[in-house]
Amino acid sequence: MAALRVISPGPLSTVQDLGRPGYQRFGVSVSGAADRYALRLGNLLVGNDQRGAAIEVTIGGAEFEFTEDSIFAITGADLSPALNRASIPLWETLNAVAGDHLSLPSPVGPDAGLRAYVIVSGGIDTPQALGSRSTHVGAQLGGVDGRALSLDDEVPIGPLTDPVTPGRRVPEDMIPRYGGEIVARVVPGPQDDKFDQDAVNIFYGSTFTVSDKSDRMGCRLEGPEVPATDAAHDIVSDGVVTGAIQIPGDGQPIILLADRQTTGGYVKIGVIASVDLALVAQASPGARLRFEQITVEDASELARDRMAALRNMIFDTLDARSGDTRSVGSDGERWQYDIRIGGANYQVDVDADALEGHSTAVVNGIEYNIQVVPGESF
Amino acid sequence: MTTGNQPAPRILTCGEDALVVEFGHAVDPAINDRVYALAEVVGSANNGSVIELVPTYRSLLVQYDIEQSTAADMTTFLKDLISTADITQDKNENVPRQIYELPVTYGGEHGEDLQDVADHAGMSTDQVIAIHSGTEYRVFMLGFAPGFPYLGGMDERIATPRLASPRVRVPAGSVGIAETQTGVYPMASPGGWRLIGNTPVSLFDPSLEPPVPFLPGSFIRFVPVSSEQAGEVVNQVAAGTYIVQMTEQNS
Repeated sequence: MAALRVISPGPLSTVQDLGRPGYQRFGVSVSGAADRYALRLGNLLVGNDQRGAAIEVTIGGAEFEFTEDSIFAITGADLSPALNRASIPLWETLNAVAGDHLSLPSPVGPDAGLRAYVIVSGGIDTPQALGSRSTHVGAQLGGVDGRALSLDDEVPIGPLTDPVTPGRRVPEDMIPRYGGEIVARVVPGPQDDKFDQDAVNIFYGSTFTVSDKSDRMGCRLEGPEVPATDAAHDIVSDGVVTGAIQIPGDGQPIILLADRQTTGGYVKIGVIASVDLALVAQASPGARLRFEQITVEDASELARDRMAALRNMIFDTLDARSGDTRSVGSDGERWQYDIRIGGANYQVDVDADALEGHSTAVVNGIEYNIQVVPGESF
Repeated sequence: MTTGNQPAPRILTCGEDALVVEFGHAVDPAINDRVYALAEVVGSANNGSVIELVPTYRSLLVQYDIEQSTAADMTTFLKDLISTADITQDKNENVPRQIYELPVTYGGEHGEDLQDVADHAGMSTDQVIAIHSGTEYRVFMLGFAPGFPYLGGMDERIATPRLASPRVRVPAGSVGIAETQTGVYPMASPGGWRLIGNTPVSLFDPSLEPPVPFLPGSFIRFVPVSSEQAGEVVNQVAAGTYIVQMTEQNS
């Protein structure tokens, strides 16, 4: 059976899909990928349903071995991914052969993001719990035995249902930019009336810093105190949503993320627009963040537009990049090239009569588009 | 329970895809009744846009599909339901209570803090057990952890502060007291509640639908049992044959 063998799990690697809605009234967290946009894009790149399960790698330190030939993609944070120690790109459909080692050692820099997704064609195929494969470590649900991945786990990969071609890439304008100063748009409510105008001005007028106490439950911020009127920060618990911004008694905002509890007892000044939530989930400790107000109508319009963009996704098709292509000879009828795709080198033959324009080459049973540029020296 | 007309609930925005119907700010059985009454009518109205309902002490969170509806349309939908279903009218007095019985072994290794609770209350452990098991507790909501019941109605005579230093590991099924609250740990976790007993009934089983033995909005009663009786329940739970006893009683 195809699997990813865990050589090193790093500080936290878990199986995640889009979560398990529908059980919150029983106290079951929704959970799922912290950066759902990166997960959806990755699934589309490898031909999976957008809801497919992947491995969420936090910060780095992770290494996996493919037990079978696989099509895969890396999305989310740039944790310096490499295949057999050779650097590979994010946001592309890639190819691995049995025995290949995939590593995600460390962020390329402070703006790299926090969580990368390893998405394999066929999807991670661990057993479902309450309709989802998402791991919630606290509730001991989903993933591999309800826990984070550990050394020597063999994480099963489902059957490849809809073969896709490597060499596809997410268009540049759809690739998120993590880091920098994050601007998170906020729909006010449900307890925005617990804050007077001064407090609202502090909230929207200040820049906050992401605390190292953040985790999959919440992104904790540090900055100027946002006081609730009459210091009434505690309320009788009510329902919460992912992206809700709680303001506890110390006035320091907590943005609720995927593993949040189902109810909460702190006042909530607003909720982050879902299109901006991925940026919050990818914010590393020390990152700077500020809030901007948005109407509920505009936030839902942005979300609808994004869902439509994902549904109508057309990927860029990559030709083998010139720097990665090397002519190695000709037998008169066919040219032979070495091409590097997804970190691995392949030898391809191109018909001599296709020297101009597009041709195709078949590698490991998968067809690649090849653009032959006239004037190159052979 | 109060009777008569209650103020109309407030409908609050909770992000781009959820609304909160807030009936009040207090821990109050009458308010809680209305939350579950509305959850029932919204659930059965089934307008195709509702994704999830989260009832709590005092409010109902309604999450909806933004590709099927808008905040404005959902607000209208909820307001119509609230008025036509007459949620503001307290009319639940004749709805029978569903009371689930949870067997509990009190004291000893099952409830190491029972003596401390008795000392704090200035009574015997038997009296603590009689008081704790002599009440029907309203399940105001489930939350905090899967299957964790927020219970209301504990007798304040047995109220006890939390441990100064929480335990690193509280076993699953532990029945505890924290201030005026009582509750059950559905799974092993750290915790600072005073432990007075243990129930062999599983409060959360993801292989079952629903994954909990009793629904929020119902009532539970703790029934003292011996270790031998509890062992029998453990066997039945393991065999999948155990059914939590439920009785209906007019409130």
